[in-house]
Amino acid sequence: MSLSAQIQTLRTELAAAIAAADTEAALDAVRVSALGKKGSVSALLATLGSMAPEDRRSAGPAINGLKTEIAGLIEARNSALKAAALDARLKAESVDVTLPLQPAPTARGRIHPISQTIDEITAIFSDMGFSIAEGPDIETDYYNFTALNFPEGHPAREMHDTFFMKPGADGVKKVLRTHTSPVQVRVMQKTSQKPAASYLTPAMDPPIRVVMPGRTYRNDSDQTHTPMFHQVEGLVIDKSSHIGQLRWVLEEFLKAFFEVPNVTLRFRPSFFPFTEPSMEVDVQCDRSGNEVKIGEGSDWLEILGCGMVHPNVIRNAGLDPDVYQGFAFGVGIDRIAMLKYGMPDLRAFFDADQRWLDHYGFRPLDLPTLFGGLSS
Amino acid sequence: MKFTLDWLKEHLETTATVEEIGKALTMIGLEVEGIEAQGKALEKFVVAQVVQAAPHPNSDHLNICKVDAGTGELIDVVCGAPNVVTGMKSVFAFPGTYIPGKDFELKGGVVIRGAPSNGMLCSAAELELSNDHDGIISLPADAPVGEKYVDYAGINGVVFDISITPNRGDATGVYGVARDLAAFGLGTLKKTDMSPVPSQGASPVPPLPHQFEPGQPKAIRKFAGRYIAGVRNGPSPDWLQARLRAVGLRPINTIVDITNLVSLGWGRPLHAYDADKVEGQMVLRNAHGENFDALDNKVYTLDDTMTVIADDKGPLCLGGIMGGVRSGVTEATTNVFIECASWDPDLIAQSGRKTGIVSDARYRLERSVDPALTEPGMELATRLVLDLCGGTPKEPAISGEDVFPGTVVDFPLSEVKRLTGLDVSPSEIEAILSRLGFVADGPGDVRSVKVPSWRPDVTQKADLVEEVMRMVGVDNVPVEPLPRLNHVAPRILTTIQNRRRIARRALATRGLDEAVTWSFISHDDATRFGGGTEDRQLANAIASDMTDMRPSLLPGLLAAAGRNANRGFADVALFEVGQVFLSDKPEGQHTYASGVRTGTAKPSGSGRHWSGKAEAVGVWDAKADLAAVLDALGVDIDKVQVLPEAASWSHPGRGGRIALGPKVTLGWFGELHPALAAELDISGAVAAFEIDLDALPEPRRKPTRTKPGLELSPFQPVFRDFAFVMDRGVSAASILKAAKGADKGLIRQVDIFDVFEGAHVGEGKKSVAIEVTLQPRDKTLTDEEIERVSAAVVAAVTKTTGGELRK
Repeated sequence: MSLSAQIQTLRTELAAAIAAADTEAALDAVRVSALGKKGSVSALLATLGSMAPEDRRSAGPAINGLKTEIAGLIEARNSALKAAALDARLKAESVDVTLPLQPAPTARGRIHPISQTIDEITAIFSDMGFSIAEGPDIETDYYNFTALNFPEGHPAREMHDTFFMKPGADGVKKVLRTHTSPVQVRVMQKTSQKPAASYLTPAMDPPIRVVMPGRTYRNDSDQTHTPMFHQVEGLVIDKSSHIGQLRWVLEEFLKAFFEVPNVTLRFRPSFFPFTEPSMEVDVQCDRSGNEVKIGEGSDWLEILGCGMVHPNVIRNAGLDPDVYQGFAFGVGIDRIAMLKYGMPDLRAFFDADQRWLDHYGFRPLDLPTLFGGLSS
Repeated sequence: MKFTLDWLKEHLETTATVEEIGKALTMIGLEVEGIEAQGKALEKFVVAQVVQAAPHPNSDHLNICKVDAGTGELIDVVCGAPNVVTGMKSVFAFPGTYIPGKDFELKGGVVIRGAPSNGMLCSAAELELSNDHDGIISLPADAPVGEKYVDYAGINGVVFDISITPNRGDATGVYGVARDLAAFGLGTLKKTDMSPVPSQGASPVPPLPHQFEPGQPKAIRKFAGRYIAGVRNGPSPDWLQARLRAVGLRPINTIVDITNLVSLGWGRPLHAYDADKVEGQMVLRNAHGENFDALDNKVYTLDDTMTVIADDKGPLCLGGIMGGVRSGVTEATTNVFIECASWDPDLIAQSGRKTGIVSDARYRLERSVDPALTEPGMELATRLVLDLCGGTPKEPAISGEDVFPGTVVDFPLSEVKRLTGLDVSPSEIEAILSRLGFVADGPGDVRSVKVPSWRPDVTQKADLVEEVMRMVGVDNVPVEPLPRLNHVAPRILTTIQNRRRIARRALATRGLDEAVTWSFISHDDATRFGGGTEDRQLANAIASDMTDMRPSLLPGLLAAAGRNANRGFADVALFEVGQVFLSDKPEGQHTYASGVRTGTAKPSGSGRHWSGKAEAVGVWDAKADLAAVLDALGVDIDKVQVLPEAASWSHPGRGGRIALGPKVTLGWFGELHPALAAELDISGAVAAFEIDLDALPEPRRKPTRTKPGLELSPFQPVFRDFAFVMDRGVSAASILKAAKGADKGLIRQVDIFDVFEGAHVGEGKKSVAIEVTLQPRDKTLTDEEIERVSAAVVAAVTKTTGGELRK
């Protein structure tokens, strides 16, 4: 058989073997049988040494050409097999990405609307230069009433359906605070005593600008009254603050809180023992639909009470009412939360129905700020 | 307080519309709660004619009538009224009409003893127009059939309902309201004739002696009485009945109605006694623990702090609050004794509170009634009785003295501007005060202002500012910005306020919902969770399961989880950040952050999911929640003590306490104790934790926020694993502590990566495998150095734990 015929046969055989190798191992066996030390192509190459130089001149390139060609075929086949293997692996590894995840913890946990609302109120008032003050829920009769100019036995005390505590060891008459106003006196009073607990706000010297959010209690229960509710009290004491500024503070607060460009307020003279003059404030709104729209419409909704701090209260705190003056206001936190976010029933606030919390609650990282917007 | 427009106009000459009056009332502080058309409840009643009335064959008192109600056809109506006759005109109600006097809705298609009846002919009592229920209303022959009865009868007045604040005793009568509206400029006040009525003869009831025990409260100030002999009492005239009904009062008889008219009209409560039922002498004295049959048909026990009008047999009237049944005026009364007295408002309030009696008299007298009206009120009542019942007035019987505060306020007119920001001229201020009955006197800025007798609530400058402001209108106060701070706001929140906020957000990011539960819980729950002492109990709880201030947030959260389970949601994760009460003192109020997970509500999600098993919540979830809060608050849980000391609510072997040193407990975590779960009727897994946010150390305040320098070693850390076999009871914390202490310079971290028990490690034993990370600082460690540290670790751990290295 001539060399060229031999090469041709080998080429045909090897090409077929390479093509037939369907694993990397089979392909390697082909490679060894062709290009290995004892391989068929190597054997053919070895014949070159015994050839006449003129034969070698033509046979060399032919055999080497075969070697290169076979090596190329093997390499190509190898790549193809690798690609197929990867392909198969990827296919085997594939998953149904449409399977639903378990919701992330942040997607499930919710902040209660009351906490969110207090954070919103804090954001607004901190911008107006107010700090946050606190007092105890179990309050003395003195701070809850007497210091706030509720005379003993006055019918005004009966406006508050008060929860009384059973007598304690110290014999001091105590109640569950019926409003957050007692914190006013605690903040204003002249004392060098350190507060009994770290959450209690130390007494301040004027000028004073504080808001006092917290739990309050009245012995009353229906759709709009619960025995426990939340109020935020505001207090400004200095030498010049007056009702004109009180109006501004309330208008600005309500605009910011309800996130509307305008609110219209109606101030009505009223009576609270601890303010004089006293006023109740109605906000103009539209109650025609299912939701209450603040800043439009022609209905009035009572929203808060306020007034100039009564001279007796300023006096009770140890300040001179002819020198110091200021205003106070009290807003129902649950009430404005209901107005803003549309909860129909106050009682549900305290029921911890998971469905309610998930519906009306706020995302954990939905932090109310003025720079990021109160509600997203 | 309710009054009609007509009634107001009796005291106020005005052309103002209902709307203007309503707006003015609200703007001067007499808040309008409602303005109602009076005839509203009677809208559906029509004038009708009885075309035919024939006796019912199956009854001896019923009639079968054919009624023309203007519908074009005759209606069959069975009527039981004795006065129904053919041809008469009356008031007719169609089926479906609400009958106020009977409090039911009239049915149609009724068959009465075999005869159909499709409507009703009505009595005045059925329409609540009077007490007359003896027969159906008889209308004149010219009454137009089919017309609305309210239009025909002119029952279309307007009723105002206003709310009176406790300081405004002066506005508890229509007259006082009119006086305020007149001062506001809405008309002219019409004075009432209260001049003395000439007497005829001495009073059979002498002036009442004041017989009080020394040292006992005396509520009476001045008592004015008038004996009127020979009155003819009976139902009061229609106008008076209508007036009282319009404001929701039931007419009784003329004299009683007169006392109500004066009380509502002039804010001057009266009482009338049937003089013939008084036995012996009438006196004023303290009560002596007597039982008193009051006019509200209840019996009250009176004590010696209360003032009564009494005769020889005992109390006739609880002074200023309510009269008694024994001397009550009836239609048979012929000799009447009218009382108009002046009382101490605080003592009236006190007696009112003690007895719980709510009456029109108490309402007015505890808000204080104009002392200048005592005798004039008596004269007014006398005049009304004479007009309506006739009789002979005897000489007034008067004892005691009125108290006139006679307040004079030194009032700098600049106070108006100082407190309100309003610019009101001195003359305008004076004019306003004068219209309200104040007398301002004196030159310069400071006026001496005399307060009228009906305004005892006005005692100081700020009160006068309010008077001026409410007349000018608060809406006219110019809005002025509160000056802004001239610096960036300093830190606003205190440490604890910040902690609460962060704790909330941290727990919510772990998938728990924030609950807000009641501050008060049941006594049993309070006791179970370490509270329940008397100083933390309410004296007047609203419900039996809301009696004790909570010592822990867990009872509320567990109850909430239970409610959710009852709704079909057994897997819940709830937390609360709120106050607990460790005593009744301010310092006993702490803020806790607590949470519960039930069922399968793990941080990774609850319920069955394709990605894994639905595992029950457990102690690790509670510990992880707690750790997450501590971490969010800047406390590293590895730096605090985790002690195997379960809270009393927790499974003793599956709960722990977190502490800082021997004295400070930061919190607890664990699975709910099975016995407690059974007691609380809770089934399924519950994991819970509580953290006392007030117990966390106050962060140190530093002048700068510079953090400690960061050392980054260029050498790779070396890891070595060890496994030890030891008693089952040895705590992981002690192993970690021992291993870490073996070489504090080189050992950076120790982690437990395997714990197991089994027969092959021995009964009561466990195997714990740790990985120790060595961090060389200045050179690569040699094998000898690593061996030395390893030996130290083994020695330290075996010594501390009594275990041995596992071969």
